[in-house]
Amino acid sequence: MSRTRTRLALAVGTAAIAALALTACSSGGDPLTGDGESSAAPASDTIVIGSQAYYSNEIIAEIYAQALEGAGFTVERQFSIGQRDAYIPSLEDGSIQLFPEYTGNLLQFFDPETTATTSDEVYAALQDALPEGLTVLDQSPATDQDSYNVTAAFAAEHNLKSIGDLAGISPLVFGGAPELETRPYFTDLKATYDVDATFSATADTTVDELVAGNIQVANVYSADPRIQTQDLVTLDDPEGLFLASNVVPVVSTSVADEIADVINKVSSALTPEGLVALNVQSTEDQTSPEDIAAGWLKDNGLAG
Amino acid sequence: MSWVLDNLDLIWSLSLDHVRQSVIPIVLGFLIAIPVGWLAWRYTPLRGTVLTTIGLLYTIPSLGLFALLAALFGIPYLSESNLIIALTIYGVAIMTRSVADGLESVDAATRSAAIAVGYGPWRRFWVVDLPLSGPVLLAGLRVTATSTISLATVGILIGVQNLGYLFTNGSQRRIIPEVLAGVVAVVVIALIVDLLLILAGRLAMPWIPRQGQERRERAAMRRLAAEGIA
Amino acid sequence: MNVFVDAFAWIFSPDRLTGSLPLPTAIWQHLAFTFGSVAIAALIAIPAGWAIGHTGRGREIAVALSGAARALPSLGLVVLLVLVFGVVHKTEAAVVSFVLLAIPSILAGAYAGIEAIERTVIDAGKAVGMTPWQVLWKVEVPLGLPLLIGGLRSATLQVVATVTIAAYVGLGGLGFFIIQGIQIRNFPQILGASLLVVALALILDGVFALLQRLVVPRGVTGRAARSRPIPTAQTAVA
Repeated sequence: MSRTRTRLALAVGTAAIAALALTACSSGGDPLTGDGESSAAPASDTIVIGSQAYYSNEIIAEIYAQALEGAGFTVERQFSIGQRDAYIPSLEDGSIQLFPEYTGNLLQFFDPETTATTSDEVYAALQDALPEGLTVLDQSPATDQDSYNVTAAFAAEHNLKSIGDLAGISPLVFGGAPELETRPYFTDLKATYDVDATFSATADTTVDELVAGNIQVANVYSADPRIQTQDLVTLDDPEGLFLASNVVPVVSTSVADEIADVINKVSSALTPEGLVALNVQSTEDQTSPEDIAAGWLKDNGLAG
Repeated sequence: MSWVLDNLDLIWSLSLDHVRQSVIPIVLGFLIAIPVGWLAWRYTPLRGTVLTTIGLLYTIPSLGLFALLAALFGIPYLSESNLIIALTIYGVAIMTRSVADGLESVDAATRSAAIAVGYGPWRRFWVVDLPLSGPVLLAGLRVTATSTISLATVGILIGVQNLGYLFTNGSQRRIIPEVLAGVVAVVVIALIVDLLLILAGRLAMPWIPRQGQERRERAAMRRLAAEGIA
Repeated sequence: MNVFVDAFAWIFSPDRLTGSLPLPTAIWQHLAFTFGSVAIAALIAIPAGWAIGHTGRGREIAVALSGAARALPSLGLVVLLVLVFGVVHKTEAAVVSFVLLAIPSILAGAYAGIEAIERTVIDAGKAVGMTPWQVLWKVEVPLGLPLLIGGLRSATLQVVATVTIAAYVGLGGLGFFIIQGIQIRNFPQILGASLLVVALALILDGVFALLQRLVVPRGVTGRAARSRPIPTAQTAVA
């Protein structure tokens, strides 16, 4: 009897120890939520860089990371965190110190009622809107903002140049991420351009649905390579429905001065076409973010 | 499959996270289910209510449970704790019935013999009842482990990094091998854990002839099926 | 409790009847996908399961299939099939993945139901002169119904949960509000939609549980579905 019990205890004990050991050897990638879950502030010479759950953003974060490593910093990566809910608190309390962001979208996060639209207005408003402890470094000329696109054929058929030219066309289904339905750049379409639009939540399949003809207008990020590869036409936005949204590094004020030099050089070297090219490498060539970042830094003479 | 070869380290690190996020709920679920299942078995009037209520937890869809946990207990919605607690709850839901059924399946004559020999209730539980419920517990544990490992992938929708990342990232970048790699990795991990559990079962319960164990496990699976779990 | 009040306010707000996806439409889509997929899966799995239970052959494959399918991550399967089928066939891709996930439970329920029957009962059937077909339809199927319903129950709940997740690929259903709610940081929306999903699951579960009790043939105790049948006079075929 006792031998059985010993065996059983042994088996259970081993399993429990194995479980605990596995817990201990995790790669430590917990997404921080800022509710007492954030890890303690890292060593003073380590910069913690985060990224959104968006492959393009991850590439930019990796570029920041390698640029800093080249300049002699130690970098800890916490990528693909996801929603701003999850990572803004961590930025605020200092457990993440650097994050690639987009001026317009970030401004709307902190100040949903903002009226700024041009690139400079948005940047200035953002600096005011940021909470204590956070600041932004120089913004980059590269943009990655929402934009309305149609197929070349559709544009030719209806003679479309700007969003306003869509007025009167029916059916007019707009596709994009589920959140688009609630955003002012969709709900204000009627008021600003007299466009009657219905919405379809197409998420990741948006461009495919546009090309297939299931939707007429797609909200595509301006740095998406498929705008060129699928021959899409981006409609002009003279009334400023969309906020300008340039790539901008958000940093904790505690490290802002240390890394400003390195990161500002990266920001100024990143052009709109350059960003698209990076995205092409990720989607068409399926290259990993590490390789893409290394290649870009080398090409721009910024490799440490 | 060149994508897979180029990104083996990504798959590996995500797998480690995934295993960690799965093992904790499996172990916790098992540990919590033992006293609860024992209570349900021991006090017959309670049995129906407890088992049905706990079984109901399994019917709650995961995305829904995350929100309920956040609302009821103030757990941050987009957090790993939320995922692990939800997975543990599912584990308890499955295992409690297994524990109750396992204890039920112990031959009354054996239990009487143990009493006759002089074992007190505590000793009887650990030395007679629990070991003899082994095959049934093992069946439940295998179901728990497999479903936990595959369910953990939903965590990516609430921002938890594990193999589910390969699904959303692959969906964004339209890279089929990436998504496929994620599916295969999850299935492989589940398979390995399943084999390990079978092995652990053979080691911990060497007294059971293979056929007997299979038959009892099958009966246990049938009972889980009747409950709508397996 | 404040957050629950907000969630209920969200559910019953008149705005829910407007917009790209009115709430009633979402519920209808959710139910349609669920029942449609389970029905297709049942058409495939029930005959197969009965065949396995009746002939006793092919068990190992069925068991292995059930185990493997439980290990399949539903989100991954849906995303994979949508990518493979292409966006024009998004709905078909989703339904195929729901069917694949539903088949194992129904299969297991079908053959387990027949397997659980005491051999003496089957022998009794043969002894009174039943042909194999009669044994199947008059003995095995009726006695196996509770476990089969159990399998359908498990499959339905599995599909309800997967349809919720499939909102990630833009399929609609109640999951849409959860995914959108996460993006726009609207927790009352997330909770409201989640409560509806949970309610849906519980109601369907209750219906199936009731069905399981109702289909137990006269003359067999209700306990037969939940424990190993005890060979007594009562459990023999009436």
